[in-house]
Amino acid sequence: MSIHIPPLLTYALRRILQAIPIMLLIMVGSFLLIKMAPGDTVDALVGDMGGADPAFVARLRAEYGLDESVFVQLWRYLMKLAQLDFGWSYVYEQPVLTVLMARLGNTMLLMVASLTVAFVFGITLGAFAARRAYSLTDNVISTLGLVFYAMPSFFLSLLMILVFSVKLGWLPVGGIRTIGAFKTGWADVIDVARHLVMPTAALSLIYLAFYMRLMRTSVLEVMDLDFVRTARAKGAGDFRLMVHHVMRNALLPVVTLLGLQFSTVLGGSVVIETIFSLPGLGQLAYTSVIKRDLNMLMGIVALSSVIVVIVNVLTDLVYAWLDPRIELK
Amino acid sequence: MTGERKTILDIRDLQISLPAGGDRPHALWDFNLTVGEGEIVCLVGESGSGKSLAASAAMRLLPEPHVHVSKGSISLDGTDLLSLSERQMRDVRGDRIAMIFQEPMTALNPQKTVGWQIDEVLRLHTRLNKAERKARAIEILTDVHIPDPASAYNAYPHQISGGQRQRVMIAMALVLKPRLIIADEPTTALDVTTQKQILKLIKELQQLHGTGILFITHDFGVVAEIADRIAVLSLGELVEQGPADQILNNPQHPYTRKLIAAVPALTPPPEKAMSKEPVVLEAKALRKTFAARGGFLSGKRNPVIAVKDLTFELRRGETLGVVGESGSGKTTVSRIVTRLLEADSGEVSIDGRDIISASKAELRALRKDIQMVFQDPMASLNPRRRVVELIAQGPIIQGVPRETAYARARELLSLVELPAAAANRYPHEFSGGQRQRIGIARALAMEPRVIVADEPVSALDVSVQAQVLRLLADLRDRLHLSLLFVTHDLRVAAQLCDKVIVMSKGEIVEAGPTARVFADPQHPYTRSLLDSIPGRGWEPPVLSVA
Repeated sequence: MSIHIPPLLTYALRRILQAIPIMLLIMVGSFLLIKMAPGDTVDALVGDMGGADPAFVARLRAEYGLDESVFVQLWRYLMKLAQLDFGWSYVYEQPVLTVLMARLGNTMLLMVASLTVAFVFGITLGAFAARRAYSLTDNVISTLGLVFYAMPSFFLSLLMILVFSVKLGWLPVGGIRTIGAFKTGWADVIDVARHLVMPTAALSLIYLAFYMRLMRTSVLEVMDLDFVRTARAKGAGDFRLMVHHVMRNALLPVVTLLGLQFSTVLGGSVVIETIFSLPGLGQLAYTSVIKRDLNMLMGIVALSSVIVVIVNVLTDLVYAWLDPRIELK
Repeated sequence: MTGERKTILDIRDLQISLPAGGDRPHALWDFNLTVGEGEIVCLVGESGSGKSLAASAAMRLLPEPHVHVSKGSISLDGTDLLSLSERQMRDVRGDRIAMIFQEPMTALNPQKTVGWQIDEVLRLHTRLNKAERKARAIEILTDVHIPDPASAYNAYPHQISGGQRQRVMIAMALVLKPRLIIADEPTTALDVTTQKQILKLIKELQQLHGTGILFITHDFGVVAEIADRIAVLSLGELVEQGPADQILNNPQHPYTRKLIAAVPALTPPPEKAMSKEPVVLEAKALRKTFAARGGFLSGKRNPVIAVKDLTFELRRGETLGVVGESGSGKTTVSRIVTRLLEADSGEVSIDGRDIISASKAELRALRKDIQMVFQDPMASLNPRRRVVELIAQGPIIQGVPRETAYARARELLSLVELPAAAANRYPHEFSGGQRQRIGIARALAMEPRVIVADEPVSALDVSVQAQVLRLLADLRDRLHLSLLFVTHDLRVAAQLCDKVIVMSKGEIVEAGPTARVFADPQHPYTRSLLDSIPGRGWEPPVLSVA
């Protein structure tokens, strides 16, 4: 399997350039939506303070630049964004970018872990179920999948916290590290991993079930195709058949969905991070909405769209690698 | 019967059971067949005769346990294949028995290179190292006359043509010099000129290696071209078996006689006097180019010229055949004259009324006069509608009252020789030939002046094909219809068409009365096309069918 890097790279670059107008549209849309919602940063601040006199409120608004028209504010924001200046968070008293970067790692860790678990277990179980289609094993796997698929992730999270943290005491309730433990090296890695077990499980199970169902159908379909019969006629055994002929072909629809669903998973992380007090982008988004931290919210939207665009380009590249009939142009 | 030839494959009293509830309990019944060294045995039968299951049984690739061998023996060079373990059988497959399938596009894994797929056979059955395997693969690709074997080795199946893909399949089957090759309709999906080359190749390599070939086909032309011996299968029963010459020219069993009688003779009907009837359909300087796909920021691709400067006329009561190979643009023509596809330029008129520039409302009225019959009757009939609704739908859209349209639909069923009870059934309850009759009735319901038929009999068995062709000819004469008949099958064209136009790469290379074009082709392409018709040296005997 040879990949010619230059055309792939130009393809990726072109796709990212194509995404710029889309991202601009997202930014403008989000900005206007947030502005349309009642209340702003100053309202939230004043609310926290328990009220203040109108002159002070007006002075604060002027200081934050909130007294101008929405379009002037939007223009000013976009101009700064063009210089990669995400602005200042009045809630965190730090530049937005600094806060975002501090949180990005945790969210990516959760996303990558969840999608990897969902994908690897999903396709393996799906292929396994398809090989034994309509048997007891298949029925058990498929039914379990349906149960996971139907269970809301917040409910599953609370159930897990109750069982594994409260009753059994095996896993920490929330956070990303044990507070005040200051572990280093492997001890730190293990500590983080222990904190990630439940959030990952809660976020991935629904997708795991989904990929499993999809993979099962896809494998069943591919196993009926002519070239699988050809491989059998060549004398290939079951294992070889699955690995070299069936699985890779069956992966195509799963990979497509994986790319499309990345943004949904990112959205799901808002709920999961909030429940497990995981200091990531999702939790940050939640608190920023409550505090009306406009710059922070816009920063999160911008960063998320960049991530989604990159992931979609990567998905296309993987797809092209899987299916040589696709030409990247 | 095999003479002094050494027997390779020996099938005795084979019985294959089907799951309960099928149309019959056994797919094959008391099936006896031998294939000798260097012999080509053609197993002939119509769809559902069980011929492909016989091949699967020999490979032990039946969809068990639903379909399984319930009796009999299959031996290869004296080894009883049915008693081998699955592990042992795997060693036989691909090494001592190889298979070539019908559809070379789908029979190759789209995700692996040609080289990888040939290499897999060598990896499974030999201890050769990587370099030796590659050398052997390139050698076999050379043997099957693939141009530039080294680059074909690295190509993916979609990057090479249909004929080359079938050569790759043959290379894959031959690479280990198997004792027996089972070829299941290996040329059915190919154009005639390619088919001729592939048949020649199979014969050439088989003579070189002394391989036995079990060749499964429904096409008597191909049989006449290649068979040493013929076995005829009907509904799971072997009805006749013998040397090719005897079966082709002096068949005994009524079923064989019926099949051979249905093979269209290559002699077209005698040339008619110049028709004085008015021109019904006229096309002038038609042109259609398919633009390169992709838009915004995409790379450049060359546009494909599907039809260029095409002109023809069709008179009342006349049948004009449009013949050509795949990619010749013949289907594009049928789509343009019905305006299912917009032409880039040119004129099409029906009874002098322009269809190309007709407005939406005008077009709806014009559509009534030109109707289509499609190739795949299953895919072109809505499976959720009753037959009577399918037939009546067109007239109802044109404003005919429902009751009248339904009554007319029922009349049409008898016109296409279907029972009145068919009206209330669904398309899946009918056989392929019956479905095509429904398709014809649907077209007739609009009382058109012209019927455009795009490969209407290509998906049908030969005996059914003959009936549908007869029906079309009969309706044309009774209703004074004009037929534009698109086909790749020159035998069919010879039987039905008064005039033909031969297309190649979007252009008419030759046109004229069928009898004249067939007897004295002027253009080299027409000549090569006629020359490639399988079994052209064999004139099907005139048989009285009981």
